[in-house]
Amino acid sequence: MKNWLKRSGVAAATAIGLCAALTAQAAETIKIGLVAALSGQSAKSGEAITRGLSIAIDEINASGGLLGKKLELVRRDDESNPAKGVLAARELIQKEKVAVLFGGLDTPVSMAIVPFANQLKTPFVGVWAAGTPITRNGAKENYVFRVSAVDELVDQALVNYAVSKYGAKKPGMILINNSWGESNEDGLKKALAAKGMASAGVEKFESGDVDVTPQLTRLKAAGADALFLVANVAPSAQVVKSLDRMGWDVPVVSHWGPAGGRFGELAGASAAKVHFVQTFVFQEGQGGKAGEVLAKLKAKYPEIKSLADVTPATGIANAYDAMHLAALAIKNAGSTDGAKIRQGFYAIDGYDGLIKRYQKPFSPDNHDALGADDYIFTHFVGDEIKPL
Amino acid sequence: MILTAALVTGLGLGSMYGLLALGFHITNAVSKTVNFAQGSAMMVGAVLGYTFLVTANLPWVLALPLTLALCALYGLTIERFLVRPFAERGSDSWLMATVAGGLLVDNIVLFTFGKEPRQLPSALTERTVDVMGSGVYPLQLLIPLTAFALVALLLAVRRYTRLGKVMEATVQNREAASLMGIPVRRVVAAAFALSSVLAAIAGLLIAPLYSVHADLGTVFGIKAFAVAILGGINSALGVVVAGLLFGLLEATVTATLGSAFTQLVSFSVVIVALALMPYGLFGKREVVKV
Repeated sequence: MKNWLKRSGVAAATAIGLCAALTAQAAETIKIGLVAALSGQSAKSGEAITRGLSIAIDEINASGGLLGKKLELVRRDDESNPAKGVLAARELIQKEKVAVLFGGLDTPVSMAIVPFANQLKTPFVGVWAAGTPITRNGAKENYVFRVSAVDELVDQALVNYAVSKYGAKKPGMILINNSWGESNEDGLKKALAAKGMASAGVEKFESGDVDVTPQLTRLKAAGADALFLVANVAPSAQVVKSLDRMGWDVPVVSHWGPAGGRFGELAGASAAKVHFVQTFVFQEGQGGKAGEVLAKLKAKYPEIKSLADVTPATGIANAYDAMHLAALAIKNAGSTDGAKIRQGFYAIDGYDGLIKRYQKPFSPDNHDALGADDYIFTHFVGDEIKPL
Repeated sequence: MILTAALVTGLGLGSMYGLLALGFHITNAVSKTVNFAQGSAMMVGAVLGYTFLVTANLPWVLALPLTLALCALYGLTIERFLVRPFAERGSDSWLMATVAGGLLVDNIVLFTFGKEPRQLPSALTERTVDVMGSGVYPLQLLIPLTAFALVALLLAVRRYTRLGKVMEATVQNREAASLMGIPVRRVVAAAFALSSVLAAIAGLLIAPLYSVHADLGTVFGIKAFAVAILGGINSALGVVVAGLLFGLLEATVTATLGSAFTQLVSFSVVIVALALMPYGLFGKREVVKV
């Protein structure tokens, strides 16, 4: 009996101590939120973002944290569903009181969170979704920032690349038949018009199409001398296989869809012919910051063995730089108040990041830290994405 | 050149629809039931084929029979648990049960096989041959040939073998066949096994041209059912010819108008055709004996 009493006494004391420690810790951390796809078809993107944010948070915490507090990452799954994304964002902002909220891969989810973040005056930082209106959302007080590609700028980069690399005069478009393909159709047409060029034609295809030769044959007959491709990984592979079958050796300049999966396996040897846009690529024997971050990734996540396991690096790198930029904004604000952090983003002077050296990355007219000059063109060599 | 490409693609896709629709025809003939998840059986064939050929690296002489045997077993399971319990009690709920079963299988594959589409390599898609000015993989030529060979085989079995006679007797009158000592239950189960094997063959044939993933068969399954109805579900030759016509129609529409219009036009044509010929192109009105 006595023993039992004593033991339960110890247990209670431990429990109380633990609770006290936990509350103390909770008060001493600054919470960083992430709403991204952590399950389902796009789960890999959520994993990449988590890794990028975590490495940056570890670095910041190792050098003493922010405002005398440690940073703590709180993640929620949006299952690529806008309604669930908004619900998760609401919980993170109102209940968890995150200082900054990060977003995931899906443009529709981010678009749903944008008005909510602006209304609650909480900085929302996009690290993947490229939809142009996410940052250009027309809000008077815009709390949305982004360290990622922007569709409209990607389209300009695709046109520039096709012209400078291949001397394209009459490129054709082969686009997936959904809203992503549509938004890029507008962007590509604008970008071509800006250069005084015309397209050979616009062809759409469905993600379930086994054969895209009819569409491609029409583009070929119209005299296309290069192709712009916008589609996710599996449909992109169907385009490459159809080109192979036709024996049409035409330059293919693509949005970043192929980076999302096993494009090298799906499209076969001709996968390497597709040149697509990325914001960052890890390489073997890279020095400087890239080598450092890669070493930290391998140490923290033992399942990363080769460069094929940090694909697509875009998600990791965007998240890593975005976290450091957000930390600078919080430091500038000297507080976790949303309105002050927003001003803090504008006040960032310079930051030597993984993707580039940022100089005054944000201003009231520009909420995108990356521009058309920051994209690199890459292709698949086997299972790895290599720069060109 | 556009039309040659459309012709080859159309024949290939049409054969897929034909093979799946043939599965609908066989089970419908002997038991007046079908596996609505034929598309899932097709996907299972492709996924098992990939698992044995690529993951386990078995030689194809071993991998293909193994795949087909497991798919036959899959068909037997569907019949035993999702069709028989309902059909024998005169309920039509096998309809929903097979749809649900297909969804279940799709999701199990999503979790076990994975979410990423994979590529099934084939020696028949490495080089193209020239057919009237357009490049075609040997596999694309093999697909319609296989479909026709299977139909011919099926018709021959039906007409000339004992098994065929037994099936025919079951088709004509279930009770009478049963009274004559024909194991009707086993005939029905065999029909479901055969129907899944046909779907698996379709899956194995299309996979190298496409990619292997959990919802590979969904659209094929739906179109194949439309094809089965269009052809007249009680005519074996009818459903295969309807499959080829549907495939050719799709490919022609894609080639001339673009794939945004493919489903719009092809399904409209099916509706019009059925309005004019309610029992399908080759179907006959069933004689109701009173």
